[in-house]
Amino acid sequence: MPENNQPAIDITGLTKAFGDHQVLCGIDLTVPTGTVCALLGPNGAGKTTIVNILATLLTPDAGTVRVTGHDVVADGSAVRAAIGVTGQFSAVDGLLTGAENLRLMADLRRLGRVEGRRRVDELVDRFDLRGAAGKPASTYSGGMKRKLDLAMTLVARPRVLFLDEPTTGLDPRSRRDVWDIVRSLVQDGVTILLTTQYLDEADRLADQVAVLTGGRIVAHDEPARLKQLVPGGRIRLQFAHPGALAGARRTVADVWGDTRDHPVDPETAGDTATLDVELPVADTVGALRRLLDRLDDQGTPVRQVEVTAPDLDDVFFALTDPSVRKA
Amino acid sequence: MQQLSQPMADSAIMFRRSLVRMRRYPSMTIMLVAFPLLFLLLFVYVFGGTLGAGLPGGTAGADGRSDYLAYVTPALVLMAAASAAQGTAISVAMDRTEGIVARFRTMPISPASILGGHVLGSLVQSLLGMGTILLVAVLLGFRPAADPAQWLALLLLLTLVAAALTWLTVALGLLSRSVETASNTPTFLMILPFLSSGFVPTESMPAGLSWFAEHQPFTPMIEGTRDLLAGQWDWNTLGLAAGWCVLIMIVGYLWSRSLFRRPVVQ
Repeated sequence: MPENNQPAIDITGLTKAFGDHQVLCGIDLTVPTGTVCALLGPNGAGKTTIVNILATLLTPDAGTVRVTGHDVVADGSAVRAAIGVTGQFSAVDGLLTGAENLRLMADLRRLGRVEGRRRVDELVDRFDLRGAAGKPASTYSGGMKRKLDLAMTLVARPRVLFLDEPTTGLDPRSRRDVWDIVRSLVQDGVTILLTTQYLDEADRLADQVAVLTGGRIVAHDEPARLKQLVPGGRIRLQFAHPGALAGARRTVADVWGDTRDHPVDPETAGDTATLDVELPVADTVGALRRLLDRLDDQGTPVRQVEVTAPDLDDVFFALTDPSVRKA
Repeated sequence: MQQLSQPMADSAIMFRRSLVRMRRYPSMTIMLVAFPLLFLLLFVYVFGGTLGAGLPGGTAGADGRSDYLAYVTPALVLMAAASAAQGTAISVAMDRTEGIVARFRTMPISPASILGGHVLGSLVQSLLGMGTILLVAVLLGFRPAADPAQWLALLLLLTLVAAALTWLTVALGLLSRSVETASNTPTFLMILPFLSSGFVPTESMPAGLSWFAEHQPFTPMIEGTRDLLAGQWDWNTLGLAAGWCVLIMIVGYLWSRSLFRRPVVQ
């Protein structure tokens, strides 16, 4: 397998403008074969434009874009033979039934009568569309349409899959279904580039996350490493008596020195005496032990301790909020 | 299937798709055929007696009506083609809004086949529509005098007309930003047959209009059809009609192709 060494997706110096509006300002992105990369960004960041260029629907202004080693401009048909695309807007034929939509894909990809029928059956079962396969796709719910859309994309077993906001507008159960499908595809060795606005989705599915904002990639790493970009999480201390709060606050300042005191969200804290504090980045465990020991020595018993790691939300806002980035 | 070249095979698959779509959505086909049919009945039974009397050598009343039926049938056959072409614009625009065209364009298939499927589907719709009009006209008492060769020539001419109008309306459908616009833009194709020799002889029109009616493409198409149905060969008219058809088809095809290549911007 000589192709295993080369990345499935290789983008260098990609720019694209629509008229005066510069949508992409120099994108570099490499996705190794068999991995999942999430493009995370707000609306208008340029996610869909990247997908459309990879899918040969748009041509780049500058830069090179290769999919499985083929250039999207010079060798578009080779790219199209390797990819599958599911966009934000469902690309199903509403007048055809689910099964007919799938069979249309099988015919266009020349699967042959027997293999085509077998593949359609297999996908109908896998996507739980058996009951609806004989009904026109226009009668489907949003979640079912998306599943059919994805199933149509998979008929030809693409090696590289682009999913543009695959779960936007879906109910929680359908989201989970789509996630399961993505995970099983990864096990089959498919390379996936997905765009999302949902941070938990990127966290759950992706090996690599590229944070896109204003047409630039501002961070690109594993989800766990990205989370390290923001300071070390928070600790929530709950005390038995409200009177203990002021003393505890002084103790924290004494032991940890200068640290940020987070305002307590009254909704999650309830009516207990609660203190939210940002954890120090260096020697977090030692610092935590020293603080709890000291509070104990002072006779301010802590009733409950809760540590939260930073989530991608924190990362996202830290990277995309202009005021935070300048700091 | 292997022996067909890829664009042909892809077009055949797309053609099957448009046939299924037609069957699933019969109200559109019915509406497209009903419109010229309604005009046929209106013109024969409401206006026919009087208009027939105004034809050269015509008489009023029932004889006039039957003369007028023979005179107006070709115009309504052509109107059926224009009506079907309107359906093409709608289905092309529907495809674009459904996003399925974007899917086709990310697949390793011949781009021409996407439009080719629509064109073939519309040709069938168009010929069915024209056939229905002719059949109803015969039921109303119209007696064509064409011999087999003339019927064959008529089939060729009408196929050519349908292909020309279809390619033109494919472009109009691609040009439209919504399905509503797509259903309105080709309306001029329904108006044009009125401004030809299809409903009344051009001599009865004011000078400017009569000049336009004599030189617009529908006039040779309608007169060619009328001659063939009357069992006459008029090679000048047929040649002119075919020329117009080929010209419209080429313009429509090239226009569609350039519109189709335009990137999809969402």
